[in-house]
Amino acid sequence: MAKPMIKAEFKAIADHAMLVQFAKELNEEAHHAVLALDKALIDTPPIGVTEVIPALVNVLVDFDPLVTDHQKIETDLRAKLKALDHAARVGTMHRVPVCYEASFCPDLSHVAQRAGMSEDAVINAHLGGDYRVLMYGFAPGFAYLAGVPRPIQVPRKPTPVRDVPECSVIIAGPQCLITTLIMPTGWSIIGRSTVQTLTGDSDRPFLFDVGDQVQFERIDMASFDRLTKQATDG
Amino acid sequence: MADAQLYVRFAGPLVTLQDAGRPGHMRFGVPASGPMDRLSFAAAHAALGNPAGQTCVEVSLGGVELECREGDVTLAITGGEFVVNHNGRKSTGWTVVTLHTGDRISVRSGASGSWAYLACSGIIASDTWLDQSATHASSGFGGGALHAGQTLAVRDARVSPDREGAVAPYTQDVKDPFRVVIGPQEECFAPGVADVFTLETFKVSDAYDRMGMRLVGPGLTLNGSLSIPSEPIVRGSVQVSGDGVPTVLLADHQTTGGYPKIATVISCDIDRLVQTRAGQPIQFEAVPADRAIAIVRAEALARDLYLHDIGVPRGTLEQRLFRENLIHGVFDP
Repeated sequence: MAKPMIKAEFKAIADHAMLVQFAKELNEEAHHAVLALDKALIDTPPIGVTEVIPALVNVLVDFDPLVTDHQKIETDLRAKLKALDHAARVGTMHRVPVCYEASFCPDLSHVAQRAGMSEDAVINAHLGGDYRVLMYGFAPGFAYLAGVPRPIQVPRKPTPVRDVPECSVIIAGPQCLITTLIMPTGWSIIGRSTVQTLTGDSDRPFLFDVGDQVQFERIDMASFDRLTKQATDG
Repeated sequence: MADAQLYVRFAGPLVTLQDAGRPGHMRFGVPASGPMDRLSFAAAHAALGNPAGQTCVEVSLGGVELECREGDVTLAITGGEFVVNHNGRKSTGWTVVTLHTGDRISVRSGASGSWAYLACSGIIASDTWLDQSATHASSGFGGGALHAGQTLAVRDARVSPDREGAVAPYTQDVKDPFRVVIGPQEECFAPGVADVFTLETFKVSDAYDRMGMRLVGPGLTLNGSLSIPSEPIVRGSVQVSGDGVPTVLLADHQTTGGYPKIATVISCDIDRLVQTRAGQPIQFEAVPADRAIAIVRAEALARDLYLHDIGVPRGTLEQRLFRENLIHGVFDP
């Protein structure tokens, strides 16, 4: 049965984009609409559409202003919305190994303290989360994963730490990230993965699609070394 | 056709290799990057008769100095008003010159402008990321930043005497206001703030790099909500941080962010905007979205004509002298 159509607001961006907004605050229904519209636009892009960027509550549709315009794009988008398949999109499930060796998780004790839990309980809570790729942003390949269990949700640190290595597993509030570059971050560093979100594979350069699911799996230092070596040896 | 080797004697910060950019990956957090001033980049290639979009050197205010260690190659330098010094002969950019083995050329900041483009008759060999050489400056992905001591190999280097000489810059006035479409979060601002943004004068601050340009000017007061759910950003988005300070996001922009946006600069005005410098006053002018499309379409036609015109070879020196003599009526064989 078709669900009633969610209300969408259209906003013109400069000469080359339209923002389709489903809500002012993040909620499940709005984000499902984002995923559904994104899929419809990727499957059959309207004439002139050059890029589709899904975010939390809206989708940005970039177009070639020499080919189409805001009015035509709005008409195309309204037609897509009418025919939208709201069936929850089942994204690919990824199992991502994480090593929680002490040197990889400088903030684990702080998170444990804040949560009033042991470090092992924090690790188990982190492993127990069902994560979903909400959107990309900030830096190339930075996939924001929603799903950090409430007991271990901690705010951003007041001061960013510099030179955090790539593949660090970091959390802030309900979100988790696997870093792709050496960078400063105010998020809590609680582990290290062996998985590169920027895969280096030209056929599939980014590991996740928006809407995909992620489960973390604990590995020990020996497995970490083995998997890292495998990855560098190709 | 042979190869030429260009040795980098000096490169300032933010001197990078750039091709036309890698659009299509914003959904994965990757901005298009590519030249800050896309028109001057296109002009450099047009002036050499190159296919559009090849790799070139984007020169920042830091400047660059190259030495031809092997082979011969014709170069075009466009963008801003930079000082070009070719073996001691100085000119103010917008020029096509030929480097022979042993020649040196420097491109340094001049009277105005923030970015220059140095293109070669031939193909600059470069690392690529996602099939493009465009450098994403903060990660270094792509062709990367130039550094002293490295050598740029130019494959199939050509010498094109018929293209040497001055290149006409595109006619545009840096003092004209930069056109924007207001929104998409104008409702996040106190009443009248959109008018403040378009009526008042701002200054470019020194917090200016390939990611964006922070402005100094009247505070753009937010209406309570200091952030919004993170949403997509485009090149030209004007985001306003909680302290009311606007930043125009540019070639290496983040692809999503949670600061409200007061406006977006229309695409064809960004080339002019990036050539401003710290301290320079700038103004914005609001246009409706349909007008923005009309402006960009008219501008695209004008730019195509311009690029075509500067792409016509002037002929060899002999042919040019012959033509000049005919025109001036003193041809005497």
